[in-house]
Amino acid sequence: MAIRLEPVDVVLVGFGWTASIIAQELTEEGLQVLALERGVDRATVPDFATTHVQDELKYAMRMGMFQAPVRETLTFRNSRDQTALPMRTLGSFRPGAGVGGAGVHWNGQTWRFLPADFEIRSHVEARYGAGFIPPDMTLQDWGVTYDELEPYYDRFEYLCGVSGKAGNLNGTVQAEGNPFEGRRTRDYPLPPLERSAGTLLFDKAARELGYRPFAAPAANASRPYLNPLGVQMGQCTYCGFCEWFGCGNYSKASPQSTILPVLLKKDNFSYRTGCDVTRVKMDAAGKKARGVIYVDLEGREYEQPAELVILCAFAQHNVHLLLLSGIGQPYDPATNTGVTGRNYAYQITSSVDVFVDEIMNPYMGAGALGQAIDEFNGDNFDHGPEGFIGGGYIALWTTGGRPILQHHLPKGTPTWGGGWKKAMAENYLKSVSISTHGSVMSYRGCYLDLDPTYRDYYGNPLLRLTFDFQKNEHAMSDYLTEKAALIAKAMNPRSINIKKRQGHYSIVPYQTTHNTGGAVMGDDPRTSVVNRYLQCWDAPNVFVVGASAFPQNAGYNPTGTVGALAYWATDAIRTQYLANPGPLVRT
Amino acid sequence: MSAHAQHSWSAAVMAALVAASGAAAAQGLEFTQIQRGRYISKAADCISCHTVKGGKPYAGGYPVETPFGTIYSANITPDLETGIGKWSKDDFYRAMHEGIRRDGKHIYPACPYPAFTKMTREDVDALKDYLDTLEPVRAQRPPNALIWPLGWRSLLAGWNALFFHKGEYMPVDGKSEVWNRGAYLVQGAGHCAACHTPRNALGAAQDDKALQGGDAGESWYAPSLTGHPRDGLGGWSIQDIVDYLKTGANDDTASAGPMTEVVMNSTQHLSDADLTAIATYLKDIPAQQIDESQPRDVPGTVMDRGKALYVDQCMGCHMADGKGQKNTFPPLAGSAPIQAAKPQTLIQVVLGGDRMANPPLRPTGLGMPAFDWKLSDQDVADVLTYIRNAWGNQAAAVDPGQVGDVRKALKEYGPRYQRLITQSSH
Repeated sequence: MAIRLEPVDVVLVGFGWTASIIAQELTEEGLQVLALERGVDRATVPDFATTHVQDELKYAMRMGMFQAPVRETLTFRNSRDQTALPMRTLGSFRPGAGVGGAGVHWNGQTWRFLPADFEIRSHVEARYGAGFIPPDMTLQDWGVTYDELEPYYDRFEYLCGVSGKAGNLNGTVQAEGNPFEGRRTRDYPLPPLERSAGTLLFDKAARELGYRPFAAPAANASRPYLNPLGVQMGQCTYCGFCEWFGCGNYSKASPQSTILPVLLKKDNFSYRTGCDVTRVKMDAAGKKARGVIYVDLEGREYEQPAELVILCAFAQHNVHLLLLSGIGQPYDPATNTGVTGRNYAYQITSSVDVFVDEIMNPYMGAGALGQAIDEFNGDNFDHGPEGFIGGGYIALWTTGGRPILQHHLPKGTPTWGGGWKKAMAENYLKSVSISTHGSVMSYRGCYLDLDPTYRDYYGNPLLRLTFDFQKNEHAMSDYLTEKAALIAKAMNPRSINIKKRQGHYSIVPYQTTHNTGGAVMGDDPRTSVVNRYLQCWDAPNVFVVGASAFPQNAGYNPTGTVGALAYWATDAIRTQYLANPGPLVRT
Repeated sequence: MSAHAQHSWSAAVMAALVAASGAAAAQGLEFTQIQRGRYISKAADCISCHTVKGGKPYAGGYPVETPFGTIYSANITPDLETGIGKWSKDDFYRAMHEGIRRDGKHIYPACPYPAFTKMTREDVDALKDYLDTLEPVRAQRPPNALIWPLGWRSLLAGWNALFFHKGEYMPVDGKSEVWNRGAYLVQGAGHCAACHTPRNALGAAQDDKALQGGDAGESWYAPSLTGHPRDGLGGWSIQDIVDYLKTGANDDTASAGPMTEVVMNSTQHLSDADLTAIATYLKDIPAQQIDESQPRDVPGTVMDRGKALYVDQCMGCHMADGKGQKNTFPPLAGSAPIQAAKPQTLIQVVLGGDRMANPPLRPTGLGMPAFDWKLSDQDVADVLTYIRNAWGNQAAAVDPGQVGDVRKALKEYGPRYQRLITQSSH
């Protein structure tokens, strides 16, 4: 029997980026807000202190900051005719656990999606005709436009102190910025990071080929920065330990380095760690949430009543909770009906390693220190002759030169022994890698549901992921990889190594933690779990925030859009919902 | 003090007022009087010494470490048995003004009555009115652990005769009202001398060396507040001092250790007018004499070793030129506290790490990690000697023995920031 706790106004499931943003905003309304975090409490000092955090073995190899599969995992299969099996280690993606969520261990690559990305079905049909979209591709518009989100992108970028250079200021294209980006009302809060040797080499080669490269937007502060909440960030030291590490220099934007110093001082905010939320508790009619059920580290079960329940967990976990709680009709791929779990998507990546004669000093890096081109992203180029939908950026990132994982060796190098050592000595300082970051569309056969066989620690069915790369994505990724190889060749290399993404999706090797969908937003309750304000169609006092809302995935890192959507949804709660709790969109 | 604690205090005041409104009216207590007392409690920073971390505010029992042993602070809530609930205003004034308790026994000068004696009767009465509104807490403090024969409080009569100068503050003719207000706060309620003035062998402040730098206990050093340009406030403007007291940091430095407690619990709550008054008075204190005849040349090998350590361990935040990052990581080049006569506070911060104050005006509370586990005594001595003598800085070299002593103290008492009554750790 769950122990019933004192009610709060708002309960947030998870305490990462979206929960921190929402808590900061809703506490301004005087609401009593509580965040429930499954992981541990973490602070910049001592947990990410520069004296010890640069430990690749502990954090990258032994996964110091990620969701522990022993407590929560999922089952996986490539297609519906297979039997999914539970994952005992997480490879392909690495959700975070602990206060700050994955916002602690991300790289800081903070992009905006393209205007056309938000209206992709309308856009593709208008430009190429409805027949251009494969029949099993369940592409759809977001229900929100770029122009509507622009002020909220801006808020997130100024919260984080993003370093970059505008490419489109109020419709006027800017030199040195990304000429393809949507219009922005003001420049980034900070100038770009210092360029690395690798990014300069890429820039030169890309320009020679007629592209317009630009400094990728980075939530790694290029200068000391005071954000609008009054929180001070320090200048990045280019230590090269962003991804999978916490930042001890207060330079990489995270909830800890941008929001928590203010939020945690508020009387009307509180949070609890070590709390696994297992259900949204619904009323008898199943139309209104009464709160959540969670289990603490001692195994005690609690009921936390709340007027408003906001799911702010990792994308897949949001969907898992909805399925366990019976919110929204579960998606059935056989009939293509139902919504919860529908339109799961991912990203498709590839790379080209470039071996050069010059010294690149790769260890002087930052998570989002990169030079990119956007000529082949979204619908920035004519897809007609290519026959696929989507795209991605091509970039050279200097994220770091960590000894174990961040080195590149030419094809044919022995994997151990003297030959390996020799190649390592010859190439560590003289190699870089160009990566492509491709979109993944949504499909009838790619979805999330509850596993019929395997159960978790609490006896609940595990989430089951059914996903594979489709023909469209392979065609697109190959196209990007060829373009990347041409840039690599223009860098006057000793040799290059083209690493295409081939075959079926494998959940084992790390690719990216950009899992999306399953609780997607939209204008039609038959094809979306949440409306354009991320409010559940079926339970108006439940909001589901995060990349779970993406109807399909774009060719950019998602955190900028996740942050913008969090502000967008919170603004709707503040200005519309609180005055008149109920559905914000009528159908 | 955090918004939370502020809120609960005002809530306590309001609750007490509502609950006892009849009695309060009968006693002539007015809200403004209690607010005045509350303000004075902030100026005097009563809470820092009269509260144990995690304990009820003002319930005492906090161990004050002195060269003569440990003295536990008194419960100053209005509890009738264990607090000062039975004390009259006269009793309280005698304690503050003469250092004598209600039972006639002497108070140890660990409680700075040699400073509080300068407070006006009106201020002391207001303080008592405020303390009477607190929630009474039944809490007996532990017995003091003093070296023989100091357990006999009667001995203090002799100490008082030698060192204690009873009497309220007398305004100095020829000085401005602002200056006099500053002097009243610094010498009286603020009791700055308790840490910043050196003491003699019997623990009494050396008045001829007032505010020239002193022992703040537990191997922390409180630097000079005189007008010395290198080891003092000579390089600070009045606004620099106000900024520091209001937020715990300015362009020259950030507070550390016990001073962060002072900023959080006391000075951030003072009015800008009072902080300006304090700064005006401090800026008028002449520089102490520093013996410049001694050669201060540090051997090049030590500087080389120190610089190498600096580049590896410190430069990422404090930068190659020692200028730090504006409003973020404090500068070391040209910074007065870096060049203080004694290095104990610097050693503390390097060994134990520290957190900056995080008042609402500067909420971040940036932290420096601890280096005790990775730097030897020799390493810390070398890097601090380098920092104290690089970029035009000039100060005595640091000896590994000094580092060892602080390391022992740190082991015994723990990092000071962990004892802050409220401190967001993010």
